[in-house]
Amino acid sequence: MLGKTAGGLYWMFRNLERAGNTARLIEAGFRIALTRSKDPESEWKSVIVTSASQSAYTAKHSGYDSARVTDFLLRDPDNPNSVLSVIKGARDNARLVRTALTTEVWMAVNETWMVLTQALKDPVPETDLPEVLSLIRQQSALVRGALHGTMLRNDIYDFCRLGNFTERMDSTARIIDVKYHALLPATSFVGSRMDNVQWEMILRSVSAHASFRWAVEGEYNAPNIASFLILDRRLPRSLAFCASQIVDHLSYLAEEYRDRPKSLDLAQDLNARLKNRDISSIFDEGLHEFLNAVIRDNNTLGRQIEHDYRFNA
Amino acid sequence: MTKKINHFSEMTAGDDVRAPYRHYQSWFDGQDVDRLSRKAQEAEVFFRRTGITFNVYGQSDAEERLIPFDLVPRILSGAEWSKLSRGIEQRVRGINAFLHDIYNRQEILRAGIVPVDLVARNDAFLPQMMDFTPPGGVYTHIVGTDIVRTGEDDFYVLEDNARTPSGVSYMLENRETMLQMFPELFSKIKVQRVSDYPKNLRRSLEASAPAGCTGRPCVVVLTPGIHNSAYYEHSFLADQMGVELVEGHDLRVIDGHIAMRTTRGYKVIDVIYRRVDDDFLDPLTFNPTSMLGVPGIMDVYRAGNITITNAPGTGVADDKAIYSYVPEIIEFYTGEKAILKNVQTHRCSEPDTLKYVLDNLSDLVVKEVHGSGGYGMLVGPAASKKELADFADKLRADPANYIAQPTLSLSTVPILTDAGLAPRHVDLRPFALVSPSSIDIVPGGLTRVALTEGSLVVNSSQGGGTKDTWVLES
Repeated sequence: MLGKTAGGLYWMFRNLERAGNTARLIEAGFRIALTRSKDPESEWKSVIVTSASQSAYTAKHSGYDSARVTDFLLRDPDNPNSVLSVIKGARDNARLVRTALTTEVWMAVNETWMVLTQALKDPVPETDLPEVLSLIRQQSALVRGALHGTMLRNDIYDFCRLGNFTERMDSTARIIDVKYHALLPATSFVGSRMDNVQWEMILRSVSAHASFRWAVEGEYNAPNIASFLILDRRLPRSLAFCASQIVDHLSYLAEEYRDRPKSLDLAQDLNARLKNRDISSIFDEGLHEFLNAVIRDNNTLGRQIEHDYRFNA
Repeated sequence: MTKKINHFSEMTAGDDVRAPYRHYQSWFDGQDVDRLSRKAQEAEVFFRRTGITFNVYGQSDAEERLIPFDLVPRILSGAEWSKLSRGIEQRVRGINAFLHDIYNRQEILRAGIVPVDLVARNDAFLPQMMDFTPPGGVYTHIVGTDIVRTGEDDFYVLEDNARTPSGVSYMLENRETMLQMFPELFSKIKVQRVSDYPKNLRRSLEASAPAGCTGRPCVVVLTPGIHNSAYYEHSFLADQMGVELVEGHDLRVIDGHIAMRTTRGYKVIDVIYRRVDDDFLDPLTFNPTSMLGVPGIMDVYRAGNITITNAPGTGVADDKAIYSYVPEIIEFYTGEKAILKNVQTHRCSEPDTLKYVLDNLSDLVVKEVHGSGGYGMLVGPAASKKELADFADKLRADPANYIAQPTLSLSTVPILTDAGLAPRHVDLRPFALVSPSSIDIVPGGLTRVALTEGSLVVNSSQGGGTKDTWVLES
């Protein structure tokens, strides 16, 4: 496979994952702003911070409100992370790697681009927002479904999945990091109303509010939620799950290519830090420091994958 | 039914249906036009979802366009086709011999058949190709010959696309769409297959590999990238052949060979089906600012370690002034009379001819010698007074840049409109594959159709559409 093709597959799925995550993030912010209007400004601000686009946002806007934030995150062509921008990026990458995709995957991406370009042609009024957000999630699920259902389990598939999980790991880690103050087992906030709002936001951002109820026996408290999002391998958006998937797919590649690239070592290191841990040791280490290290190492890993598999000249 | 007009109708003859269309007509008579119109809309949605689009230069890719597809097939009998294909084969052979000759011994120039100036002053002529023979002696591996029809037995070659003919993906997708929409038609009417084209293309490209290549040759398609107007076709062909689609920056010269950057290191390639123009092929030899090609590829080529298809410098044969000599070219190299006729062509470079062209501008079609895609041409009968006057100025300023042809009475084939069938003008681009040992012509080709009533302009960049082209068995 061409290095360029591998890079195109990887970025196509990073972009698609990013679109879905942004939709989840907006949904979380929107719900909270709707149901508890105590301090919507700071909720919307934290949505922007979590999406890693604060500097691009403040360059254009001075305050935070539902209309401006959602428009910036959904449609703004100047925001490289807006849903419209990343869907365009995913589709451009898909065109680049057209020869590596089954017709079903290609058509799913192409249709996603067509449908979302249409849905986001004009600013989305609040009444339509839930529908549009669900459309974004559905469309990215459609592409993943086509991938699972039709693609050979070979190196092409591995690069798609690597893009998917590298992006998801980054996104989950950022969401937790922005809210880490809520997840610190500090006494003052525990059990307060504010605390619950923050936790719900976190769980919603990763579509894990129902999963938490099913999977975790204990209460909605900081150690339980942090542990669930960071360490629980049953949750497909947890850091531990993402890390183990990355290791798996790099291992398949190493097996198929009969070599052992440096990226596999990095991924195994990262995975080991999330395995057989308990949350209190992470709190002892410092949650913010721990998450920052994960984000940094995940970035380094991404760059190493690009290098090992010659994405660029 | 089709309106009575003076042009040759391929479907009807007086009140009768011409033989190749009889089965189709009886099927069509049993159809509900509204249902067919709905089918046409379905086809459009299908094309859009599949991404069968082309980009228009200078527009953002939000404006990828569909080439309109008409669902009435253009039908040729087996006998009509066999004459056409023999004519094309002869023509392609002649052109290939001509290219070999002008880059080597230049006998045709010395014999005074083709004026030296036409070759020497031709922008597409590449001195770098002198005294060099490409692997297997093939210059034009893929040729698209544009053909128009004016009567029962009157087929004319409008131009030869020996450089980088495009459109074959539409030929294949049009057939695929028809098979999906009207399977019952194909079980009634036996149509020759076109679906072997990608397989044949790959085989033909492999057969043109350099002599030193051992094992199965590694073939790639070279594209300028996703913003190129024909990108869809490039990726389609690579996909259908099962080969890599590469861009210049995926390639480099390693140990005297061209290699592509893969996830497992560099891999040597043997044959490049390039859809990048000569000028951009090698910044070390041609345009130094180009990022689309491969620095040093011409050295590898001349050392015999890579096959470039079509060969650099092939564009000489696309020149519309050279075109006017093709019947003589065929005779010079094959000793045979040309089977397919040329359209009468006035070379404006000759002073008497220029005067004639200027005097008769409103009756003529004038084209740039190197133009393509319907750009920079004048259709006299359709032009306004001002357009005629402006074009006359351009002609006087640079006569050698133009040729003129009479406006042909192009044949018509019906298209489906809301009111039923209506005749529109068509042309045909069959595709020939040339390897050192064979010439293979896919039965049919791309039929382009002018969608506007009375219009003679069929180019997709000028709003034309396409049709499936059927060659009947036997």
